[in-house]
Amino acid sequence: MSALSCCNNSAPFRFWNSSIGKKIIVALTGIILVGYLAGHLVGNLLIFQGEHAFNEYAHFLQTMLHGYGVWIARIVLLGTLVLHVVATIQLTLANRIARNIQYQCPDTVTATVSSRMMIWSGSTILAFIVFHILHYTVRVSPTLAELGENNPHAMVITGFSNVLVSLFYIVAISLLCSHLSHGVGSIFQTLGLRSHKTALAIDLLSRAYALAIWLGFISIPVAIMVFGFGK
Amino acid sequence: MANLNLTLKVWRQLNADDHGRIETYEAKNIPNEASFLEMLDIVNERILVDGGEPIHFDHDCREGICGMCSLTINGIPHGKDKGVTVCQLHMRSFKDGDTIWIEPFRSRVFPILRDLMVDRTAFDRIIEAGGYIDIRTGAAQDANNLPVEKDKAEAAFEAAACIGCAACVAACKNSSAMLFVSAKAAHLNYLPQGAPEKQKRTLAMVRQMDAEGFGNCTNQYECEAVCPKEISADNIAKLNRDYVISSAKEAVG
Repeated sequence: MSALSCCNNSAPFRFWNSSIGKKIIVALTGIILVGYLAGHLVGNLLIFQGEHAFNEYAHFLQTMLHGYGVWIARIVLLGTLVLHVVATIQLTLANRIARNIQYQCPDTVTATVSSRMMIWSGSTILAFIVFHILHYTVRVSPTLAELGENNPHAMVITGFSNVLVSLFYIVAISLLCSHLSHGVGSIFQTLGLRSHKTALAIDLLSRAYALAIWLGFISIPVAIMVFGFGK
Repeated sequence: MANLNLTLKVWRQLNADDHGRIETYEAKNIPNEASFLEMLDIVNERILVDGGEPIHFDHDCREGICGMCSLTINGIPHGKDKGVTVCQLHMRSFKDGDTIWIEPFRSRVFPILRDLMVDRTAFDRIIEAGGYIDIRTGAAQDANNLPVEKDKAEAAFEAAACIGCAACVAACKNSSAMLFVSAKAAHLNYLPQGAPEKQKRTLAMVRQMDAEGFGNCTNQYECEAVCPKEISADNIAKLNRDYVISSAKEAVG
């Protein structure tokens, strides 16, 4: 009992259990995930540079820091994602409880649609991440597993040649774009770095980043499906 | 201009335990120059004449400074006009034949006392937790003897305009009280009289806010949009910042 009550009063525990503290965790993990997306996108776009460049890059990722690099990245990202998801689910549940009776005639003045569906865009993205890892990292499909070992470029082309895979990818990336359009700007407000002087710039940055990420990621399945890239 | 004939959809609820329901009233021949509350007064007089129970709602000064009136009109606390309380909203903002939905400020933290009246004492408890200065800071001339940077004086003054009506909570999709708490904290934290207790105040007010069961801010700025005193969400950013710094200082000791 005493050990538990000691933990309950510890600074990290109190911070996590406070509304602002938990939001700060969401914002900080958000920064890591937003930054990761940019890196991931730049790497992906090497596919347009050609088979050699892309496969070299894949080889570099697998072998950097004697092969430990990829595992360090995976563990950090997984931990970040778990914190982000657990915190946002807890916050959302608390929010639902706080407004226990809804308005009979609800209205919205300024909140964006994206800001109001964060939990739904977020959970779709989470489902996509699970699929995406099984698809291209764990490679549950034997065909992709064989290609992945020898020619990651061909693995991507074959993977996206499946209509359903590409459609789910496009839906998920579109929801990611929506999630980022509110999320990036929210990072600034939650960390106390936004004011009415910077509000417009932050809003534009948020939307521009979301759009850039959307265009970048979508370009690959669209190139393969619509323009027959790599076939 | 001709008088208005309106249909009112009003939330009626006997007490906190009652389920509550929307009831419909015809509000005929309402003068354009009447305030929204005067319109309700007229409707109530007619209900009384007919032997019914009038619609209960909170009001006091009726000049936009007390923070007592608390109606959600067509889903927007204090109605769609910017920067006014519902007592300052006039019937000329409506058209003949309009249907108007009137509901209380909704939050689990504000139990409904009757009809459109809610219990907002949670706000008082947040102020009791830290929204004050411990020592006597003197009378008016003492305040003028203390130099305050212009930017800070203005920011404190703007935050101090909060009348504690709770429209921010009512408008927030999550019933968060961040705009109220941040304004009350910023008002004192900006000033030299309040700054020495900034850490204690920030932590105590946020903890009381959490203990009351308000929701969490998701940066949608609905609060700022409906606030009758146009309190800025910049205060929320400041509270976030101050809370992190105060928590770190407390942890280090």
